[in-house]
Amino acid sequence: MDLALAVGLQVLTGVAVLVIVSLGLAVVFGMMRVINLAHGEFMMLGAFAAVLATGAGLSLWVAMLLVAPVAVGLFGLVVERLVIRRLYGRMVDTMLATWGLSLALVGGMTMLAGNSVSGVSAPLGSVAVGGFRTSGYELFLIGAAVALSLGVWVALRFTRWGLVARGTMQDAETASALGVAPDRVYAVTFAAGAALSGLAGALLAPLSGVVPTMGAAYIARAFITVITGGAAILAGTLSASGLLGTVSTLGTFLSTPVLGEVAMLVVAVVLLRLLPRGITGRVLRRAL
Amino acid sequence: MTDAGRAGLHIAVAAALAVAAVLVLPGALELFALINATVWAAMALLALSLAFAWGAGGILCFGQTAFFGLGGYAYAVAGINFGDGALAVLPALTVATLAAAALGWVMFYGRVGDVYMGVITLTVTLILFKFANSTAGEQWRIGAAALGGFNGIPQTPPLNWPGDPANPLTPEQVFVVAVLCLFGCYAAVKLVLLTRFGRVAVAIKENELRAELLGYDVRAHRLGVFTIGGAMAGLAGVVFANCVFVSPSMFSLAYAGQVVIWVLVGGVGTYVGPMAACVALQALASWAGTVPGFDPNLLLGGVLLAAVLAVPRGLLPTAQDLLGRLRPSRRRPAEPKIAPAE
Repeated sequence: MDLALAVGLQVLTGVAVLVIVSLGLAVVFGMMRVINLAHGEFMMLGAFAAVLATGAGLSLWVAMLLVAPVAVGLFGLVVERLVIRRLYGRMVDTMLATWGLSLALVGGMTMLAGNSVSGVSAPLGSVAVGGFRTSGYELFLIGAAVALSLGVWVALRFTRWGLVARGTMQDAETASALGVAPDRVYAVTFAAGAALSGLAGALLAPLSGVVPTMGAAYIARAFITVITGGAAILAGTLSASGLLGTVSTLGTFLSTPVLGEVAMLVVAVVLLRLLPRGITGRVLRRAL
Repeated sequence: MTDAGRAGLHIAVAAALAVAAVLVLPGALELFALINATVWAAMALLALSLAFAWGAGGILCFGQTAFFGLGGYAYAVAGINFGDGALAVLPALTVATLAAAALGWVMFYGRVGDVYMGVITLTVTLILFKFANSTAGEQWRIGAAALGGFNGIPQTPPLNWPGDPANPLTPEQVFVVAVLCLFGCYAAVKLVLLTRFGRVAVAIKENELRAELLGYDVRAHRLGVFTIGGAMAGLAGVVFANCVFVSPSMFSLAYAGQVVIWVLVGGVGTYVGPMAACVALQALASWAGTVPGFDPNLLLGGVLLAAVLAVPRGLLPTAQDLLGRLRPSRRRPAEPKIAPAE
């Protein structure tokens, strides 16, 4: 019984990590049809922002939850202005340009920060679950994933900004005829996605350690989740994270972490063979 | 000039260049530079393989390195087990080809969109990278070959004359083999494009819907092009394994990225362009690597960004355009337009 509970918690953590890692990418892809291959590096920047801010004496929570998303969000605004804006509607070129950005960020950060691992230690100590002990920070991550999903849902569904953004993505011309500036909506949406990526990087920094190349560790998982999920931002991310996170955690539990990831990839590939438009291409099509 | 005539001319020029390289370079270069040149030839072959898949088939493969690495690993494993490098080439090509065919079958018969295709192929090579990295230790061996995890397989056997394992090729001979492989694949690509299969593949790239409505099997042609590209990448991996040794970095994001950069900078739809861009950018990157404190990734990323923003069609087509504009008297056939995919 205790074992089942512990494994269940591990699965939930795995799913939560996937949700956190993919949400920023899903917002940018789902809303703007922009595939941001520099997503992993945005996470890396967020993690570095958190490390620098804690080094400057801020509390870890302020650094993670406030400094990282704001810093990376601003950076995303600049990137949108300089690069992404020139490439709207050219999906493949956007992908290539953001890949270039990703390589350049890894290279630049390696020059600035060196190739050594810095990090922050996980707060919150450990918590007893039956006969096992689990890290309190993992429980916090589960809560954070739920809060982030709720936040995105509320922002898109119930705020004026969410309404305007969704309308603009559906039909930019009509939106602009109604007095909305599509340019500005695109910029803000991209920045919001970047902020989510930065937040994700900071949240995962205590688990993974912070190096300039850390983005590569997440990008494959994030992409496979978003693509398996399909077009609907929240429903897609949540369903794909739920499925793939479970597969990968159980695979890890039964064998090794690498085989867990391989199992996750195989499931994703088989799923895409059956549902080329992702899970929400077939079910929950009208979900957010 | 007919298409066949032009292709013949290109192949003849390439043959002359290959002969010149084989005759001159081994004598003119020092050993280190010669081995470097062999690596560049292997990379140019990798660039050619993607140039073919992307340019002729319109297949956005971000993970061409998957077949490159699989070819290299299969060569090393088979070579160690057989004790004969020459016998290992065929298994290596088989593994790379089958892997490409299997992945292609999933993607093309699943009708995965081109952007998804890029992401899936990239993911596959990244997963292979992680997997190869985690194969340290005694339990990870295939026959006599230990996979070696992060360190790769340093004792990758060199090629030898067929049937004569005691007599491995010298670095000069490996260079000749590399140049011959590169030339052979270039000629093969040019010839394949002249066949009915090649023409249909290009037609599909130009307009998938139209080709399909005309009754051509889009999926089978795409699969064919992708598989040929995978086999060539596997051959590149074999050559690479002969001048360095196989290690997980063959699957890495940095390599996968570079291949795409070479093809994009050289010009999608051309074949000389990517090979030339490969050699030029490798030279640039190895020069940048000698500048203390400078990270070559920054340069590569900058080049890719600049290429997408400033010369999205690549250097060779842009240069051809400029040349054509300078000489308006000579009538030029319209460049095939590289339509940005939806």
